[in-house]
Amino acid sequence: MTRLESESGLEYLRRKLCSVYPDLCPLFSIEYADGVLLVPREALHGAAGNLKALGFERFGFVTAVDRGKYFELVYRLQSAEFGAGLFLKAEIPRDDAVSDTFTDLWPAADWHEREVYDMFGIVFTGHPDMRRILLPEDWVGYPLRKDYADDSVIPRPDYI
Amino acid sequence: MGAEVESTRPVVMEDGREVDELVVNIGPSHPSTHGVCRIIAHLDGEVVVTAEPVIGYLHRGIEKMAENRTYLQVVPLTDRLDYVGSMYANWAYCRAVERLAEIRVPERAEYLRVIVCELQRIASHMMGVGSSGADTGAATAFIWAFEVRERIVDLFDELCGSRLTYNYVRPGGVSMDLPEGWIEKCREVVKWAPDRLLELDSLFFGNYIAGERMKGVGVLSEADAVAWGASGPTARGSGVLFDIRKNDPYSVYPRLDFRIPVGENGDCFDRSRCKLLEAIESCHIIEQALDQIEPGPVMTPGLPRLLRPRAGDAYDHIESARGSLGVYLVSDGSPRPYRMKVRSPAFCNLQLLSKLAPGHTVSDLVVILGSLDPVFGEVDR
Amino acid sequence: MTWLLSGALFGLLAGTAIALAALFGVWWERKVAGRMQMRFGPQQAGPAGILQTLADTVKLVLKEDVTPDAADPRIFRMAPLLVFTPIAISLLLIPVATGWAPLDSSVGILLFLAVPSASVIGVLLGGWSSGNTFGTLGGLRGAAQMISYEIPRTLSVMALVVVAGSMRPAVVMGAWRWWWLPLFAVAFVIFLIASIAEMNRGPFDMPDAESELVAGYFADYTGIRWAIFMMSEYGGMLATGLFGAAVFLGGTNGIPGVLGALVLFVKAIAIVTAVVWIKWTFPRFRQDQLMKLAWKVLTPIALVQLLVAGAVAVLWLR
Repeated sequence: MTRLESESGLEYLRRKLCSVYPDLCPLFSIEYADGVLLVPREALHGAAGNLKALGFERFGFVTAVDRGKYFELVYRLQSAEFGAGLFLKAEIPRDDAVSDTFTDLWPAADWHEREVYDMFGIVFTGHPDMRRILLPEDWVGYPLRKDYADDSVIPRPDYI
Repeated sequence: MGAEVESTRPVVMEDGREVDELVVNIGPSHPSTHGVCRIIAHLDGEVVVTAEPVIGYLHRGIEKMAENRTYLQVVPLTDRLDYVGSMYANWAYCRAVERLAEIRVPERAEYLRVIVCELQRIASHMMGVGSSGADTGAATAFIWAFEVRERIVDLFDELCGSRLTYNYVRPGGVSMDLPEGWIEKCREVVKWAPDRLLELDSLFFGNYIAGERMKGVGVLSEADAVAWGASGPTARGSGVLFDIRKNDPYSVYPRLDFRIPVGENGDCFDRSRCKLLEAIESCHIIEQALDQIEPGPVMTPGLPRLLRPRAGDAYDHIESARGSLGVYLVSDGSPRPYRMKVRSPAFCNLQLLSKLAPGHTVSDLVVILGSLDPVFGEVDR
Repeated sequence: MTWLLSGALFGLLAGTAIALAALFGVWWERKVAGRMQMRFGPQQAGPAGILQTLADTVKLVLKEDVTPDAADPRIFRMAPLLVFTPIAISLLLIPVATGWAPLDSSVGILLFLAVPSASVIGVLLGGWSSGNTFGTLGGLRGAAQMISYEIPRTLSVMALVVVAGSMRPAVVMGAWRWWWLPLFAVAFVIFLIASIAEMNRGPFDMPDAESELVAGYFADYTGIRWAIFMMSEYGGMLATGLFGAAVFLGGTNGIPGVLGALVLFVKAIAIVTAVVWIKWTFPRFRQDQLMKLAWKVLTPIALVQLLVAGAVAVLWLR
């Protein structure tokens, strides 16, 4: 399957994704010129494997967003073939913050996952070295969570 | 200085020998010019068995701080990420904001952004090449590289008043227009620089000893470069032809004509030489941009002081001197970012140290670290 | 008793010579290196910055004398002098005017080549007595390097001795002919490279490299003790320059008196400048590359040069 003259990288991606992995098709959407694939947590690793086979050879980053009731795990994958990047998102419940590691697919995911663990407390099962990376080993708490508080965090007054 | 033997312990190697393995702690402060990085190296005699970089010594919580500041107030924070390349760090963030808030930047501002970013790229590569020189002992190469950087930094000083952290590229454009006579001075620098850079090339990269020190050291294959998420000269030195300016063009780059230097062997020599050749190409880009720039506004007219982008998220990336630098912004409609994530190329590239160092000596470890060109403001945020 | 007096006098002379060598050498190096890097070098202290080294020495003398806890105090304090003294003695052996050397000896060339090798002991002891692992390793590396490079150095000078027919430096200087230049060009280059490596200078300064991660053998030395190591380096540089100028480049060219000495000094400074130039241009060799150069490249070439010189001596001169 090759890209048509008229279609953009993302439209080509949608076409190819829907033909090769039809069960992922309804989960894919194009929002504001960015492709987003929202999958349930259990299907994350499988979807990532499929995407890698599809042509996403570059691992961009993984991060999390604290949405209050849940964490939104956001992966960014890059492809030279489609000339575009893709968000792979999943919702992780706050009280069961675990997910599968991607280091078996892309070795680049190593430090990114450690950073997500460091900042949010999300544990990646199967990671070869799951420990804090930026903060000292004995730090207590996960700073990028919205409910994180310690002496140095000062709430900014709202009059700005 | 900077290196201490922590312990020795008997270890059975893969081939069955029993050796006394030295565990050496290097850093976090050591004479190499790269910043605060601690490396825990296990040595078998002189040869490195494993080398693990320990980072976080410059972690300031910029991503957390960004959640408490308005979109405009975050720009000085991005200055301090890759402090050797503030201009493009600002730009990556501003592109993400503009994508999120759907702001169209005037053309003159885009040209100015390209000009300052390419100048910054040259300055940053001079830092990278110069430190390769300093690491291997070629002090004169270091000073010559810094002469080029000095002239560029002087230009920036005149432009926005600062020599290192510029806060110049803002969401919607740039903060101020060029002062009088700046274009002529810039042209002068850009005309003078390529000859100087070629001289530096023959002084350092043409030197037999530099070749001995850097060729064949820290070889990264093309497949590994992609799998490990390397980008920028680190990946291009291995032959990976991927540059965001060409593969995913942005701003006015499609109107400019330039080439991307790519290495063959993926060793330290190719990575460092890529930087130098890229700097020469940047001079050509700047010349073209200076020819093409037209008068006009430098900031989107009518932009509110307090930006309130739509609720949602956006990611945009640029080709910085270190690789693909991207910013992921999540907004909830309020004037402050809900989440800012910086995808820093130096963080991704530094992982490679534990892959490239084993099998080499400790002196090579320094050279490999230099060729990966980490800037710890970006690595640690 | 007279030998005690003359010994003390020579000692004083050697010390003064090496101090002056360091004073001038450091200033010259900083100026030359500065100009090569598009900057000026020292400017403020004295006219053209010539008193800079004196100011630095005063500062070093005033520094606190620190001996590390883990160090062996007696050996730690003695090691710099063990490096310094042989080089100071070797300075006296060089003929500075036609037919005259401060310490004239019929085996002067042998002494000049052999005596400074005693400073290897100082390097080893300095590194070991610092009390830390990397100091010891640095000392071992430095010693290995110095011992290895003595061989090509000696062989290259031996080629000259074979043709000149004498080991007295003044006689060798007097026997110089214009055709020695092309004949011994290779020997001169080998001598220069080997001497730079002997002094742990220039591209061969891995044992005490600053930007490397391992501590050098003199890293734990501060103040005046470090200054003594530095003085021996610059003394060695001047010794190389003077000796090279005297025997390889014609020395005083037969001109008597002070004028001849001046000619010799000009040539010596040219060699010193070349040594400085080499240091600031080239990156440094890795330790194994350094040793390979000595044993696999320089020594065989020096042997060939010796053979050629011997052939010339036997076939044409005798």
